Amino acid sequence: MNTLYAVLDHPATKWVILVFALVMPLASLLTWAERRQSAMMQDRLGPNRAAPTFLPGLKLKGILHFVADAIKMISKEDFVPGNVHKGLFTLAPLLAIGPVLVAFAIIPFGPTIFPHELGNVLDPTAPLAGEGAQNLAHSIRMQVASFDYGLLFYFAVLTLANYGGTLAGWASYNKWALLGGLRGSSQMMSYEVAMGLSLMGCFLLVGSLEPGYIVGAGASSKLSPSNPLNWLWLWQFPALILFTVAAIAETKRAPFDIPEGEPEIIGYFVEYSGLRWGLFFLAEFIEIVFISAVIATVFFGGYQVPFLDPDGFRIGGYMAEVNGQMVSTGGTVLKLPHAAVTALQVGAFGAKVILLCWFQLLVRWTLPRFRADQLMNLGWKLLLPLALAWTMLSALFKLAAINFGWV
Amino acid sequence: MAHAPVEEVTEGPKVLAVSKVSPKVRTIAVVRPGEGDVTYLEAARKGLGVTLRHFMKNFFGRRRPADKLARGEVVTEKSLIPWNEIETIQYPEEKTHYPERFRGLHRLMQRDDGQVRCVACMCCPTVCPAHCITIIPAETDDKGIEKKPAVFEIDELRCVVCGLCVEACPCDAIRMDSGVHAKPVEQRGDAIMTRELLLGLSKEVGKDPTSTATQGGEGPDWRDGG
Repeated sequence: MNTLYAVLDHPATKWVILVFALVMPLASLLTWAERRQSAMMQDRLGPNRAAPTFLPGLKLKGILHFVADAIKMISKEDFVPGNVHKGLFTLAPLLAIGPVLVAFAIIPFGPTIFPHELGNVLDPTAPLAGEGAQNLAHSIRMQVASFDYGLLFYFAVLTLANYGGTLAGWASYNKWALLGGLRGSSQMMSYEVAMGLSLMGCFLLVGSLEPGYIVGAGASSKLSPSNPLNWLWLWQFPALILFTVAAIAETKRAPFDIPEGEPEIIGYFVEYSGLRWGLFFLAEFIEIVFISAVIATVFFGGYQVPFLDPDGFRIGGYMAEVNGQMVSTGGTVLKLPHAAVTALQVGAFGAKVILLCWFQLLVRWTLPRFRADQLMNLGWKLLLPLALAWTMLSALFKLAAINFGWV
Repeated sequence: MAHAPVEEVTEGPKVLAVSKVSPKVRTIAVVRPGEGDVTYLEAARKGLGVTLRHFMKNFFGRRRPADKLARGEVVTEKSLIPWNEIETIQYPEEKTHYPERFRGLHRLMQRDDGQVRCVACMCCPTVCPAHCITIIPAETDDKGIEKKPAVFEIDELRCVVCGLCVEACPCDAIRMDSGVHAKPVEQRGDAIMTRELLLGLSKEVGKDPTSTATQGGEGPDWRDGG
């Protein structure tokens, strides 16, 4: 049993479970959700009737369309034009999808599980050792990797994903593809600056770059981290707006789909077909899921359910650490076993991610594409100065808060 | 010719200049969304409002009854859940109302004795703009008719559904009133409708295969005043 816990706690196991049980299905389903949602927004129905031939009644509102798409993409001819650089042409889709999957390592998708206490109510006020202590051994942290440099890792790794697009454009031996690739790199460079800076205020306020810590701590130690008022969306609202805009630009989708520009240049993957194109396509959707996960983690309390503390729902009080010992400040507690709390929190994280994905699709199917100059103006002349100013303001606030003991 | 007095424009775009030659030609100040607002926030908010409203209405709303949708009727009844705005008719399960003169698949008409009505006069393959009708004539025993089609084939993939063959037919032998669409096929050859298929379509769609028109060579002639 203990070996099982050790295996489950291994980063590789957690990464595989995260990617294949959560990210991939969600990204595949998004391909269907996008078409259905855009249809709903345009008074249409969208794809709603894919079903296996041996079970024609199994329509499920068309969810199975993603299976049909996958089969189509896998069985299509994988055409490689004559003049392409074969090596880079093959490498580019992998470079596009690899970093996005790696970046998921920093996202905490649930609380730490204590396998020996799953059936019991977790008591944070219990002493760590000795009489009345709970068995917290073999804990499984539901986060693949917890680095101190957390979100910086995300910025660094996601920049690599852009090489995929640029290399694809260059290796394709096609002027339109090259143009798309270059547009992609210029856009990424411009918006990464604003994206990184917009989160600086959050780092300053919380005092950590580690997503797990941000979720577990919240903005203020005077409120429970499960209190929605303690999540950063309230304390860092301008940062939320700035980061959302910059992050949507990073996904290279409308209204920031200059690298694709379907009516003009088609984009860096114009020479790709079959599963290679499918990888670019999937990478785009995984990026949507990832951006949603980051926004949920940083601004909307990650896996936290409103007012759900480790021992159950607590109304009217909060947990505070006094002299290294957690104490409850009172209030009514609806006690829940550890397993139920964990399930609720993982579910909450999934729900938040899905809602944010839905919002990104709503934006993508509403706003028309920016012109190249509008894009650059927005990035350099608006988002960057605003992000800088907000960082300064946050620093001032933090200074005042420390001096006057606000948080 | 006297010009009608130009009405004073009180609303609408701001007029910057009016042409001296024709007062209808004006230079107006165009206000584009986002002009003076580099954030495009106001325009984006408005747009998101519109799409969100449609999404909510169509996602949570009730679908209008299929028969009303098919007739393009507006549903006026009040209901607890508001009606959505989706106009799509789910084709194979639901069918829209076709007009009476809708041109569907061709069918060949029959004589009173069950013989094919066509006399292989070659009018329809001649007039057909898509060259989709193939007729190979053969002699008949009935000397009053002279010819019958040994082969009568219509390539439904080529047909442009113009209805000229029906117009051209002098003896009401070919009609397009079956009311059914061309069937999906897996091989192109399967889309060619043979004489037997064309004759059998009447029974398939439940229509009378005989014509009310007077059969050629029989009965009183109009020239005799009959």
